[in-house]
Amino acid sequence: MATIKKKIKNKGNIAVWGRTLLLILLALTIVFPLYMTVIIAFKQPTEMTNDVSGALALPRHFSFQNFIQAIQTTDFFHTIGNSLFITIVTLIVVVIFHSMAAYAIGRKMNKHKSFNFLYLYFISGMFVPFSMLMLPLVKETSIIGIDNKLGLIILYTVFFFPMNLLLYTGYLKNIPLALEEAAYVDGATTWTTFWKVIFPLLKPMHATVIVLTALSVWNDVMTPLVILSGGSGKDTTLPLAQLLFQTQFGTNYNLAFASYLLALVPILILYLFAQKQIINGVVNGSVK
Amino acid sequence: MKKVKLGKTYKLFVLPILICFFAFNTFPLINAVVYSLTDSRGFGDFNWVGFQNYFDMFKDSRILNSYLFTFKFAITATIIVNVISICLAVLLNSKIKGKSFFRGLYFLPNILGGLVVGYVFNFFFTFILPSFGKLIGNEFLSTSLLSNESTAWFAIIICTAWQAIAFNTIIYISGLQTIPGDVYEAAAIDGAGPWQKFWHISFPLIAPFFTINMVLCMKNFLMAFDQIVAMTGGGPNSSTESISYLIYKTGLSGSQFGYQCANSVIYFIVIVLISVFQMKFLNKREVQL
Repeated sequence: MATIKKKIKNKGNIAVWGRTLLLILLALTIVFPLYMTVIIAFKQPTEMTNDVSGALALPRHFSFQNFIQAIQTTDFFHTIGNSLFITIVTLIVVVIFHSMAAYAIGRKMNKHKSFNFLYLYFISGMFVPFSMLMLPLVKETSIIGIDNKLGLIILYTVFFFPMNLLLYTGYLKNIPLALEEAAYVDGATTWTTFWKVIFPLLKPMHATVIVLTALSVWNDVMTPLVILSGGSGKDTTLPLAQLLFQTQFGTNYNLAFASYLLALVPILILYLFAQKQIINGVVNGSVK
Repeated sequence: MKKVKLGKTYKLFVLPILICFFAFNTFPLINAVVYSLTDSRGFGDFNWVGFQNYFDMFKDSRILNSYLFTFKFAITATIIVNVISICLAVLLNSKIKGKSFFRGLYFLPNILGGLVVGYVFNFFFTFILPSFGKLIGNEFLSTSLLSNESTAWFAIIICTAWQAIAFNTIIYISGLQTIPGDVYEAAAIDGAGPWQKFWHISFPLIAPFFTINMVLCMKNFLMAFDQIVAMTGGGPNSSTESISYLIYKTGLSGSQFGYQCANSVIYFIVIVLISVFQMKFLNKREVQL
């Protein structure tokens, strides 16, 4: 009896290790492009011979020369500053205004036709592709004079609203009305009830909204590409800079890759520390 | 039921976003429809041309090609991504060592910017893969897949899939986790093998997650832009021009403003129809435990 059990256990162990080994092998497809980026970013153009090993072997010595040059070429600190500014301000605006509007709509859409209409009106915005709005928006933003950082923040606030409205109103259904009623009995206004009672309770959804919005805004290329096209380039975001400086990198792939790596590093560092929150945020955002 | 008066504060809560949403979503949408009836170049005077742009569109081989490419790309990528993601999710959800480490690693591609990932893959297909092809003496791999009209689209799919699989896998894993373990135990007592367990238990029960992934995948891939810019710029010979890319390229700088607005209206209708169709069709096969 004992030997049979042991046998079964051994068999199970082999399967576990077999699957783990398979996952390690498959993970090479994830690691390889990243390895390639890092290796090429640290190399000198002279080391890049025409065969596979020339590009993929470890560099003879790790020098930060490419990075220094890339920082100067793409004005890295300026563009990352722009990206950080746009992302952070968007997040603040989104969390405040989206949760406010979602609260009003979520609580009143069942009793008031006008709010039910608003809900459907906003949600249907999810189907509108940016490509459709982009041509008229280029004109509109340049006429109003917001073909800059401010314009981008406003546009992101608008584009992410349908999704965030869905998330917030979905979560609101789980918050019992009794809490608000108790606050009203104590003489609180709608305004204070929202900020003192509801807003803190929405915290898990705030986290989801922040993760989803931050990832999309940080990595977005298309919106800044079309909206900032008329500007002087001082508002260029980090990913957009990779596109704009593509011609200046020329055939110096080491310089280009150093710049790509610089563009990837901020989010990689963030992922290292907040991996669980990011994954949870993304899963909650799509499943709920 | 007593009709409750809608408080002023509630209206104020919605007002700022309502104004912005109308101004920067609904208004440009209406504008796109209006401009689609003109010969506007994006600046200066324009004339009303009625539905001429729409008639011309259907005779324009470049536009027809972009629709063909976008659909071929989106459908193939959706299938490949979902098949691989389900397999990977089952594997990652089974008994393995270092579970959370692997999940973290396999999700990594999803958080990276699509443009930069596209540039990295561009280099891989232009230099690394061909020199590897020469090394092993393979004729087909010795030239860049991106420079060949018949293979460029597939290279873009590989790059897109690399990122999308990460996302879909994590959704499928969260789906698999909703299935209680005793269902499998009951099936095991009935003598079900791993294959039957998957097809008769896991797969039907993760149907809602399958719907989410199919709809999101299709929608994202129909809007493909970053990868195209980074990898081919629409080439070779316009063979990989997605609809978004074509609207951007010719609408903004090619003096086809009004014409591309007409294209974008049709594009919008297509996306709505596909999304609605998918949700209706896929919702039908969902089962509840």
